[in-house]
Amino acid sequence: MQLTLIEKESRNDRLRQFDPRLRLITALLFAMTVVSLHLIPLLLLTLLLALGMAWWIGLSGSLLLKRLLVMEGFMIVLLVMLPFSVPGESLFTLGPFNASIEGVQRALQIVLRANAIVILLMALIGTLEPVVLGHALGQLRLPDKLIHLFLFTVRYIGVLFDEYRRLRLAMRARAFVAGSNRHTWRTFGWLVGMLLVRSLERSERILAAMKCRGFNGRLYLVKQNIWSRYDTLALLLSLSLSGTLLLLEQTL
Amino acid sequence: MAHIPDGVLSTPVLITGAVVTTGLLAAAIRRLDFDRIPQAAVLSAAFFIASLLSVPVGPSSVHLILNGLMGVILGWAAVPAIFVALIMQAVFFGYGGLLVLGVNTMNIALPALLCAALLGPALRRSDGRFSLIWGAVSGAVGVLLTGTLVSLCLGLSSADFLPAAKVVLATYTPLMIAEAAVTGFTLGFILKVAPELITIPE
Repeated sequence: MQLTLIEKESRNDRLRQFDPRLRLITALLFAMTVVSLHLIPLLLLTLLLALGMAWWIGLSGSLLLKRLLVMEGFMIVLLVMLPFSVPGESLFTLGPFNASIEGVQRALQIVLRANAIVILLMALIGTLEPVVLGHALGQLRLPDKLIHLFLFTVRYIGVLFDEYRRLRLAMRARAFVAGSNRHTWRTFGWLVGMLLVRSLERSERILAAMKCRGFNGRLYLVKQNIWSRYDTLALLLSLSLSGTLLLLEQTL
Repeated sequence: MAHIPDGVLSTPVLITGAVVTTGLLAAAIRRLDFDRIPQAAVLSAAFFIASLLSVPVGPSSVHLILNGLMGVILGWAAVPAIFVALIMQAVFFGYGGLLVLGVNTMNIALPALLCAALLGPALRRSDGRFSLIWGAVSGAVGVLLTGTLVSLCLGLSSADFLPAAKVVLATYTPLMIAEAAVTGFTLGFILKVAPELITIPE
């Protein structure tokens, strides 16, 4: 199972010369800027910026759309309910309910903000190799144990996904079709149980193998990321960009 | 629906979530032995895979959260496991966001811990039909609490979200049914096949 959002072959990774930590910091900075913006035109601008970034990095449009649709379930509820729950000048009425202009504005703000942040998050961080991301988080001084857990989890998601696919194939070979019934729930319950039982056995083997190789509670990072002048420059650039956006928000 | 996107919640709610999650993570990591990391990681990966499962309920279908099950099996280690899974879901799948990571972790991890503390002991003692029932209860309680916390976060962020929060809470009903059923059968299976999985010493 591939987690990274960009294909290995088609990777013309234009951000490769930068430190992965820069991408994490920039994403955080951008997210904090976007949540403090309220003006619709500025939010539109940030959404366009995020889309431009995603395109420049080479994220495929169809994949991005697929991932965004997942989030929109939450958005739809807010989008439908907010115009009616925010008091204000009436835009239109639906039976006894009154949709306000302010409510529509609030809903728009939220949708634009959420999409801008998620797109940028996927473009900047989602295109990193999970292992690189783990190392970058480690260099940003997150607790060692958490980083180890992250790196191990990344590794075993791939392994267990293959196991899961094998079990599903076996189910299909026995003509299993999921429906809304007791049989399905029991089968899925046993599937999850089997996955967990096999995982536990696997983890015991892993621990034994690691102890054999003298694991003393520390994985050494093979490649240290080095913060270069270009990273500082790019960070300054993004700092001034978010500063400009905040300033525009204040003055407009 | 357990993953709140960025840009929705108010700053005080975001900060509260971040503080609670940091506290829970710190406590959990102190308890997590280096020797238990491979085990926690493999189980965390298994839960990540299990949440890809799409379970039909009536006309719709849901993805399981499995936080009740995680709490019962992993105990305190469920907190970092959930945190790590949420980072990956946000970054690679677009579920949730960056600044809400604290709130989302809190909403899923707190119910997991509660299930472990309140229902774990009864579950370990039970057998046969009762393990099925206790398992179903822990699945349902996990989802119900998560749904309540998500709605609370929305409602506390702004009074305008209250109607939306109620709708969100209502959408948890099918999930609760599926989660209770699957968790019940899973725990029944585990108690029969590998009871050591849920009686791991802390």
